[in-house]
Amino acid sequence: MEKINGAKILLECLKREGVRDIFGYPGGAVIPLYNEIYDFEGINHILTRHEQGAAHAADGYARVTGRVGVCLATSGPGATNLVTGIMTAYMDSIPMVAITGQVALSMIGKDAFQESDITGITLPITKHNYLVKDILELPKIVREAFHIAKTGRPGPVLIDFPKDIQTTEITIEEFNRIFTKEIKLTGYSPNYEGHPKQIKSAIKLIEEAKQPLILAGAGIIRSKAYKEFHEFVEKTDIPVATTLLGLGTLPATNPLSLGMIGMHGTVAANYSAYEADLIIAIGMRFDDRVTGKLDTFIPNAKIIHIDIDPAEIGKNKKPDIPIVGDVKNVLSKINEKIRINKIIDKKDWIDKVLNWKKEYPNSYTKSDDIIKPQQIIETISKITDGKAVIITDVGQHQMWTAQFYDFNIAGSLCTSGGAGTMGYGLPAALGAKVGRPNEPVIAIVGDGGIQMTIQELMTLHHYNIGVKIVLVNNSYLGMVRQWQEIFHNRRYSSVDLNINPNFMKLADAYGIKGVKIENPNNLESILKENIESDEPVLIECVVAKEENVLPMVPPGGAGHKMMGIRGEL
Amino acid sequence: MKHIISVIVENKPGVLARVAGLFSRRGFNIESLTVGVTEDPTLSRMTIVSTGDDATLEQIIKQLHKLIDTIKVVDLPNDNSVKRELILIKVDINEKTRSEVVQISDIFRAKIVDVGKNSLTIEITGEEGKTEAFINLMNQFGIKELVRTGKVALHRGEKTVM
Repeated sequence: MEKINGAKILLECLKREGVRDIFGYPGGAVIPLYNEIYDFEGINHILTRHEQGAAHAADGYARVTGRVGVCLATSGPGATNLVTGIMTAYMDSIPMVAITGQVALSMIGKDAFQESDITGITLPITKHNYLVKDILELPKIVREAFHIAKTGRPGPVLIDFPKDIQTTEITIEEFNRIFTKEIKLTGYSPNYEGHPKQIKSAIKLIEEAKQPLILAGAGIIRSKAYKEFHEFVEKTDIPVATTLLGLGTLPATNPLSLGMIGMHGTVAANYSAYEADLIIAIGMRFDDRVTGKLDTFIPNAKIIHIDIDPAEIGKNKKPDIPIVGDVKNVLSKINEKIRINKIIDKKDWIDKVLNWKKEYPNSYTKSDDIIKPQQIIETISKITDGKAVIITDVGQHQMWTAQFYDFNIAGSLCTSGGAGTMGYGLPAALGAKVGRPNEPVIAIVGDGGIQMTIQELMTLHHYNIGVKIVLVNNSYLGMVRQWQEIFHNRRYSSVDLNINPNFMKLADAYGIKGVKIENPNNLESILKENIESDEPVLIECVVAKEENVLPMVPPGGAGHKMMGIRGEL
Repeated sequence: MKHIISVIVENKPGVLARVAGLFSRRGFNIESLTVGVTEDPTLSRMTIVSTGDDATLEQIIKQLHKLIDTIKVVDLPNDNSVKRELILIKVDINEKTRSEVVQISDIFRAKIVDVGKNSLTIEITGEEGKTEAFINLMNQFGIKELVRTGKVALHRGEKTVM
């Protein structure tokens, strides 16, 4: 009778889950698995140059496709190198399955070579995790892992896969029998519906609100509720501020779009929140970068909070009307039941909000001599009409991207919001381009962050993945420098990166085209030419060194008391 | 405010670590935690005594619910549940104090479970008021060692958590 081993069962299960691409790095405890990957048909394996790269790539892939991202690493150091990527995905609710090799079952707990307790280590940063102890459990575990990763509030799930189980064989018949067994997770049943009574109460509040504001978060993207969300905004005529991860949920060109709220949010978004009498929070979690000081955040507003995770309701801000459910379902029920003729006229409020938007746009002072970082983002936005897939790293360039890129399409931004993981940008862009190969994918990164995962340039070259990397080089760890300038009397402690590598030589060494721009007058033409090409390119833009991200709510401060509302301190 | 939380979980390895880890990383307080298999061998029941205000308790319950292995979480009503704890106490004694310790134990319906030359080991179960009063009385003789199971509790009457 024909037999199948654990390694091949895993691949077969991945295939049956619809997995087409995985990102990984081999090692001792996954050699049997890689032996099967060698000639397995239907799954494309991308070899990153570091396991962290594989995790971020799976994350970027998941964000732009809406499918589960898969990464793979060996035991011990391979597994721990995934940790930052798993944590990043966890903080932003990204569906991911991470597979790690483990030493043989009989060796577990003996401090064996390359053994680490990765299920223990990832306990607080996974939605759930598994150690496979029996080959007969494997198909069930893989199916459960994908089910958990992509349903409810999505998140990463880890499967730790001992080497001896990879080589254990069972018959094909037995595999098919156990594969088709129903999975039963008694303790897991996310509520998708939304309570009808709560929805009714919410509708009443929305109809009667005089000064309402929507806070739109990534939940709208995870739930793929764009149509329902746009309909809701159109019907109710309520201005929309988004979180960082919610950018694009309403096109930036929509007049009601106020841009991002929070620490580096727009004046219009933060002032509106302060004066609003009703906040409709959709798929967002009142993160501290959004709220600033909790007591002074939305002081006059009643709150409707829609989220699929009951634990987010009331965690930071107690709502008047909590609605636990899938954003798509809840919004479509609200759209269905809301009575447009009952909605109170809000002309004065809208005028006021739009006046803030007009009076205090995100702004900066242009220069003829040196490139301003904001100008780069504005130019990319113009070239791509706000419709490219944009990936950022973490720091000043990330906030400038949020401020100056007009996101016109939802689900086209990959950025590490909750975790703030430097080094995320380049590998996530790699994954995003694999996920959406026919669209322009632009990684906007800083000179600090790119050096944390720069080895992935090699992966871009290896597979000819046409990511455009726009390196905003101010030779500083700019965000920390900004805080040191503003809050620590310009004591620039360990932020000066004047000693940086020659990025053009680095690009060359990795076999990638490098372009350096120093003159602001050439910026647009060189960016345009390179963004429109197919090959991977590293475009280094040398920018003004001490530019600040403004406006800014000081940490722990109140949103209506922003600094630098005219773009200058 | 003190709460007794009953948590029904899958009887699987690692579940205790998931629950204990949740409490420590979110800064929730654990006064006591007991765990054991239930009438259904696939399920375990934890009884966790924790303190916190209403918002904290709400978060504890919701976060516990989020664990995939958690089947049910119930905040047992303080005034309408049966609560018990078992404590073993090893008390210093001598010729003079032996009978007094035995007498007090009788009054409290505590059991002498081991007798040494200079010590008595006493088992006491009951509600907090009774056990604490007993421990206070034993203090005068000198407590050599004390161990407690942590509280277990059930609803009064017909009601069950499942």
